Amino acid sequence: MALAQIRPALGDLEHNLALHLDYIDRAAAASADIVIFPEQSLTGYFLSDLVPDVALHRDDPRLDSLREASRKIDVIFGFVEETSDHRFLPAAGYLHDGEFVHVHHKVYLVTYGLFDEARDLAGGGAVRAFDTRFGRQAMLICEDLWHPTTASIVAADGADVIYGLSSSPGRGVAGGTHELGSAETWRAINRLYAQLHVCYVVHCNRVGFEDGVNFWGGSEVIAPDGELLARAPEFEEALVVTTLADAPLRRQRTRLPLRRDEDVALNGREFARIAARRHWQDDG
Amino acid sequence: MTADVDLRERARRGLKLDPSLTCRILEAFIRDEIGKFGIQRAVVALSGGIDSAVSCALAARAFGPERVLAVLMPYRTSNPASREDAETLVDQLGIPSTLIEISAAVDGLLGELDHDLSPLRRGNIMARARMIALYDQSEEFGGLAVGTSNKTELLLGYGTQFGDMASAVNPIGDLYKTQVRSVAAALGVPRAIREKAPSADLWAGQSDEEELGFDYERADQALYLLIDEMYAAADLIADGFEADLVHELQRRVVRSQFKRRLPLIAKLSNRTIDRDFRYPRDWGR
Repeated sequence: MALAQIRPALGDLEHNLALHLDYIDRAAAASADIVIFPEQSLTGYFLSDLVPDVALHRDDPRLDSLREASRKIDVIFGFVEETSDHRFLPAAGYLHDGEFVHVHHKVYLVTYGLFDEARDLAGGGAVRAFDTRFGRQAMLICEDLWHPTTASIVAADGADVIYGLSSSPGRGVAGGTHELGSAETWRAINRLYAQLHVCYVVHCNRVGFEDGVNFWGGSEVIAPDGELLARAPEFEEALVVTTLADAPLRRQRTRLPLRRDEDVALNGREFARIAARRHWQDDG
Repeated sequence: MTADVDLRERARRGLKLDPSLTCRILEAFIRDEIGKFGIQRAVVALSGGIDSAVSCALAARAFGPERVLAVLMPYRTSNPASREDAETLVDQLGIPSTLIEISAAVDGLLGELDHDLSPLRRGNIMARARMIALYDQSEEFGGLAVGTSNKTELLLGYGTQFGDMASAVNPIGDLYKTQVRSVAAALGVPRAIREKAPSADLWAGQSDEEELGFDYERADQALYLLIDEMYAAADLIADGFEADLVHELQRRVVRSQFKRRLPLIAKLSNRTIDRDFRYPRDWGR
């Protein structure tokens, strides 16, 4: 597989499409079977009022070149999807052989601090794993991964690989760690999910600047035992290729059968109970 | 709830940044955010002080020395040592520079005004005269103006709106004054510039810290805790920060909020600029 750590232009679909096709060609030339792009890779991130200008229906002909490219290599990319009733949702699409295999809509919009997504975008309502020619996989988008429940759901749903698509701003240059604060947190998240859900975690983050905010890159692939398989440099565009295999999954799940022992029914009962109580409390 | 940690120690740790990581981001910021406009050149108003020295050195790293113009704009009452320090930095960086005396322009304007102008009014006129010359050089040199206001000044409103606060991009606006010092050391800014007392240099012997009534180190620690860590003033005071200092800082931050925003627009339509017409500045870039 290939991580395409790109620097999209803000609100310029045409430019970004060309950028995708270039990276897809390069990933295919490196014999990758699948290439993953960051969150909103087709549109840029801090869109505000640009959202309706760059949002696309799933069958938009402007996506034809990407569909076509997915005949040689599977493509995971980020965009803003417009629904038939004109809601705009941050989306991750999985393309194979010219068709969408799955689309995940970001469930947890970020509306605090420097983020203002809920002003311009609608959130999704489902968290699912899905089948691909490489087995069962899942896609989550940035803030989704800051809610550990989403990873728990897709792991319980059978995902062997969790793909995380991010536009993560770099911040926190102090504190004496010689590491960016945001990088440190993301690395902890990725490693923890890989180890506790005993799966691969592939995190693809973008680079570049938008309105003074930097995106730090550092895309990485973590194996089920927590080992770092590949990492892209920070702040620079990069294409990084690595291999995911079934044997390490089998070995680690044998050594550490957390998945086997996960009590999904228990989780379901307890969450249903809590949700019902919360609903009742909200009703006053 | 009372403070359960040594806040001063927390502030010291929080302000201690990684200079090389910081410089890497700031260089890329200048290159990327100016480059998006098809420009690979910059102009910087170089005063001889530490803030403009850092902005200048970062711009030189971003574009290469020959693509950064240092604009020296002394007034006749400026400290001659400031100009010498600025020239030392220009030589060290190997960047082109230009000297524009603002005395005639400022004095011409002053002659049209009251005889007894307050230092504040005189200072504002000088700062805005420099802005006019800098933006002219921006056009002439074909480079964008790189800002020199640090986070402490911006938060306290210790700067002239449309004067020294004017720029196209500001690499140091999220660095407190004491953090600028550590970045300056990493960039190899000469010791003379790093160690002299900070001054707006509107007249010889002027000192920021005397004028403000507190030193930057204490101010930065308190501002860091209030702004970045979102502690309450009461937490700081309970932990031993002087109540007068904390309240004065808070008052200054609130009172100068207008300087950090665009002028207000009276709303009439359904889509008012910057209120509900909200596009990124990097629109399409």
